[in-house]
Amino acid sequence: MIDFISQPWPWYVAGPLIGIVVPALFLIGGKQFGLSENLRHVCAILPGKVEFFNYNWRNGAWNLTLVAGIIIGGFISSTFLGNPDPVAISDATKSDLALLGVTQFDGLMPSEIFSWEGLASVRGLIMIVLGGFLVGFGSRYAGGCTSGHAISGLADLQLPSLIAVIGFFAGGLIATFFLLPIIL
Amino acid sequence: MSESKNTIGRLLPYLLVGIYFGIIFTKSEVISWYRIQEMFRFQAFHMYGIISSAIAVAAISVQIIKRKGIRAFDGSEINIPPKVMGSGTRYWLGGTFFGLGWALTGACPGPMFALVGNGFLIMLVAILSAIAGTYAYGVLRPKLPH
Repeated sequence: MIDFISQPWPWYVAGPLIGIVVPALFLIGGKQFGLSENLRHVCAILPGKVEFFNYNWRNGAWNLTLVAGIIIGGFISSTFLGNPDPVAISDATKSDLALLGVTQFDGLMPSEIFSWEGLASVRGLIMIVLGGFLVGFGSRYAGGCTSGHAISGLADLQLPSLIAVIGFFAGGLIATFFLLPIIL
Repeated sequence: MSESKNTIGRLLPYLLVGIYFGIIFTKSEVISWYRIQEMFRFQAFHMYGIISSAIAVAAISVQIIKRKGIRAFDGSEINIPPKVMGSGTRYWLGGTFFGLGWALTGACPGPMFALVGNGFLIMLVAILSAIAGTYAYGVLRPKLPH
């Protein structure tokens, strides 16, 4: 049991545990699962006259609370349920990334890029600041992110969500095979 | 006083769902930049298995809720609004922008917060950038094709 808790969880455990939250949120308060909307609520808290953010952010308090919980959950699992081993990605991925110049494979992300020192480099700026900007811009433009479109939307058989998910992969493949070789 | 108590009681379930998510996101490694790279390189089933089994469980549950007309715990009706197609531009174009960001940061909006909890405070910068990106969309929205 202890082993199971400290080891990474397999897909067939994690996937259903994530999926069941979709009906749970509907039952708890009629809420549709989607995490990127919290970014919009933060913009609605900020002062300004942009019409898109001109609504009572308190209607989104549930989503902001959920995201606060995600931070706590991340802290709990890293502190008490931590896995000391590197992420067990496939050897093919490891060698591909090594060819691109990634040298660190311990931890959840390469700290040579995702650290304060990394942020001071061009690649760090592009991957953290531009990447983050695109996540925010793209998810709101598309009307949802991985949770809102790929999980909630596809689960409700929404064609617009399928188109969005194809877009997610188009963008991801462009970044992986064309941008990262230049940036890294 | 009683009103603020109500607010806390109303929000507590969402805090618990968030904590539950933070743990699952971390333990399944979906918050790992390496896992996202492995996914976009089609070199393991892990991420595909997680996403597709999550969709399967959610889809079956949503169908049951819809067909049986199940209500929320407070007795209110559950509305699942369909997405408006429009020209469809926002979905493929916005989706592509999002995908670029997803592969660069290795994180989507939920995992970004889980990474902060895991001690990657640098992801606060990515979150601030994502807020800026959301704000930029709000400003540009009237000019963008949807």
